[in-house]
Amino acid sequence: MRAEPAPSVSPDTASAADPRPAVSRRDFLKAGTTVGAGLTIAFYLPPAMVRRLARSPDPATLAPNGWVHIGADGVVTVTVDKSEMGQGVTTAYPMLVAEELEVDPATVRLADTPENPAAWVRRMGTGGSSSVRSSYDLLRKAGATGRLMLIAAAAGEWGVAPDACHADAGYVVHSASGRRLAYGALVAKAATLPVPSDPPLKRPEEFRVLGRRVPRRDTPLKVNGSARFGIDTRVPGMLYASIERAPAFGGTVRRVDDARARAMPGVRRVSVVDWSADESRAARAGAGVAVVADHYWQALTARRALTVDWAPGAGAPLETETLRERFAGLAQQPGVRARAVGDAAGALASAARTIEAVYEVPYLAHAPMEPMNCTAHVRPDGCDVWVSTQGQTAAQQVAAQVAGLRPEQVRVHTTYLGGGFGRRSETDFVAEAVRLSRETGAPVQVIWTREDDIRHDFYRPTTYNRFRAGLDANGVLSAWSHHIVGASISLSKHRELENGIDGSLVEGAANLPYAIPNILVEQTAVDLAIPCGYWRSVGSSHNAYVTECFFDEVAHAAAKDPYELRRGLLRDQPRHLGVLDEAAERAGWGKPLAAGRSRGIAVAEAFGSYVAEVAEISLTDDGKCRVHRVVCVVDCGPTVNPDTIEAQMQGGIVYGLSAALYGDITIDGGRVRQGNFNDYPVLRMNEMPHVEVFIRPSREKQGGIGEPGVPPIAPAVCNAILSATGSPVRRLPIVRSGKSGIAMK
Amino acid sequence: MSAFTVTVNGRAHAVDVAPDTPLLWVIRDHLDLTGTKFGCGMALCGACTVHLDGAPVRSCSVPIAAAAGKRVTTIEGLAGDVGHRLQEAWIAEEVPQCGYCQSGQIMSAAALLARTPRPTDADIDAALSGNICRCGTYQRIRRAIHRAARPEVSDAR
Ligand code: FES
Ligand code: FES
Repeated sequence: MRAEPAPSVSPDTASAADPRPAVSRRDFLKAGTTVGAGLTIAFYLPPAMVRRLARSPDPATLAPNGWVHIGADGVVTVTVDKSEMGQGVTTAYPMLVAEELEVDPATVRLADTPENPAAWVRRMGTGGSSSVRSSYDLLRKAGATGRLMLIAAAAGEWGVAPDACHADAGYVVHSASGRRLAYGALVAKAATLPVPSDPPLKRPEEFRVLGRRVPRRDTPLKVNGSARFGIDTRVPGMLYASIERAPAFGGTVRRVDDARARAMPGVRRVSVVDWSADESRAARAGAGVAVVADHYWQALTARRALTVDWAPGAGAPLETETLRERFAGLAQQPGVRARAVGDAAGALASAARTIEAVYEVPYLAHAPMEPMNCTAHVRPDGCDVWVSTQGQTAAQQVAAQVAGLRPEQVRVHTTYLGGGFGRRSETDFVAEAVRLSRETGAPVQVIWTREDDIRHDFYRPTTYNRFRAGLDANGVLSAWSHHIVGASISLSKHRELENGIDGSLVEGAANLPYAIPNILVEQTAVDLAIPCGYWRSVGSSHNAYVTECFFDEVAHAAAKDPYELRRGLLRDQPRHLGVLDEAAERAGWGKPLAAGRSRGIAVAEAFGSYVAEVAEISLTDDGKCRVHRVVCVVDCGPTVNPDTIEAQMQGGIVYGLSAALYGDITIDGGRVRQGNFNDYPVLRMNEMPHVEVFIRPSREKQGGIGEPGVPPIAPAVCNAILSATGSPVRRLPIVRSGKSGIAMK
Repeated sequence: MSAFTVTVNGRAHAVDVAPDTPLLWVIRDHLDLTGTKFGCGMALCGACTVHLDGAPVRSCSVPIAAAAGKRVTTIEGLAGDVGHRLQEAWIAEEVPQCGYCQSGQIMSAAALLARTPRPTDADIDAALSGNICRCGTYQRIRRAIHRAARPEVSDAR
């Protein structure tokens, strides 16, 4: 679920080239009347995000883009500039405003998602578990500003001091007399008043909305089929397209025989889609042959009638097994230091006992439920794009480039997303639709098949991890050495590494939380022709697995309880310790289990949130693993909607469990072997463990919720297998070790 | 191309398509009922589940020629007591995340309750394991089905 890298680990995709001027701190907040009546509260962004600011610092042009509008009818409208992909942002943003503005969140209306990202106040993208984190203070301040201005307007009306008044459920009330005025009656006056520079926010104990379970606004539309996803876009005169893609990465079209396809019913156009011109790098789309037809089935049928002679590209020689050997060789060479504490080499040399292991993870596809698709309509003077995207700004830029237009001539219409998980932060599918619409002059909807999706993804990188740990004479863990060799997202995206480090590759490993006196984390980032991208929880998706599993191997070698060993080494990490202790207690750690059951525990921080999970599993006689129960404790700082947090933890656990048990993208002659849910299986209803989620009350810094549920589940399950069998699971997926398959209860 | 008549949600439609055109694409592209979703095209995910003469089928894998003359019910036409109880239960349990799989989940659940008004967990496993949810809403789907099946006890749970 990310469009952009976490600020802490990776560079921003667009900021370097962003021509937009910086805006000073005093411009942070603007309010005023707009063309229509009412009070609009607009924001520039906090200084840290200044580089993403709007084209013009002139508030007159910004006002119509306000975040919060209060109409003369008293109706409050909130703009949500994030994509709704199930993470609940369209419910959360109105809650943040409603809390401070003192209105019922159910009465707040949603404005359309801004359609011109170039003119919006910040880069539009949804990822990095940032929806609420990026806007928690911003939207509360918007609400508080409105509240103060409405109070000031009413106080002026009554000739009383503002602090003799308070706001309540859409009214300003004179506290002593009980006189009241509705917001709608006050907005005209309020809009003429000075904007308070730093409105005070409510204290958490005053909250009436935040931290409560508020019904999701999108739920009713999602139980009757009326929610519109990208694939549901219908534009008059629209054609459908399906693209036969180069099977091996980097392949191109040498020759195509399309005679049969062209003769088929409904076919309008067959064209080679080649991105070797300048457009290609931005969109990172692969080459192929597109069939455009009146209906989708006609396009797909004609696509199957194509005969294409492919020129092999850079990816053709790649094989999973030879990649593993290459990575293993690199792991023996020194890597780039991502973290060095003390003298790990020295401590290993003098250790009473050393433990060594190699851990490996495969490439993974995202496989969101809605296959990639985009609808575009290019005209000489502009372009409309309808798309389920995690990156509107990037989509607009790529669409403009491909259409030969300026970004502001492109309107991006955001639909609901049928899952994102990071895949929809890419723009390859946008480029394809725009190109085919430009070629045909008609609106075109490109729909990928599931096979297209699995075989032409931007994959979670494969990694090879060489671990060494040392125990001193007292059995104390004195040294930790971890060399990560992995495919690099940054290199795959043609980005410079920072001091030789791909932050995504080491996130969750370089920041190992344990108090070990000697730590060395090294990294070797490998550039391959297999496209890589952000996959729900990014580096932590593999680093939590490898580090937390190797940690349990160390505990077993030292004959220590893995929970107790963690406790001791997390003594300086209160938030880790808090979730770990509560998870252990709630799961009954150390208490007897039913026959055949075993437990495993793991803890990880990701995107500013701390999550511990305890998995309870059993192994069947034929060695298959069934996960029965997962206890999950999360500390994500202040909560907005607890029901959403619980749902995101449940969902993250299922996503991580699918990958841990089955997820495996293997490469054969530069092609992905898997293609659909038969050979890229995911968790199903009959395998669903009982998941219990507990949210720790916390006033610490706010963390994200979309991703942090994922990292601990793979190590928790594998540690339970280690506990049951004495043998570690050193390579994912678990099914490779013959410990999965499941189905019995 | 040939002409087929298919009755969807109580209305008869004549469509002129190739006989191998899946019912899914007739419903989505020709009849403009977009609540039924495409997820895999190979009867592996259940996103396209509709009822054909009352039985749940994966419409991506039913050619229009096999559906002609039959009664098709899609999520838009889900009506009656079972359908409403399910939709209310889905809302009460806040089941959907992205929501993309949910039409198919609800259609599978409706077929289950029509057959088995008081399903056990094992019944739910059997009836719903053909429906993938990548957002991982399975636990809530299970609760919602139990709630819909036993509205009188659901608040006590
Ligand atoms: S689209 Fe029919 S089962 Fe997946
Ligand atoms: S709710 Fe997203 S796939 Fe089920």
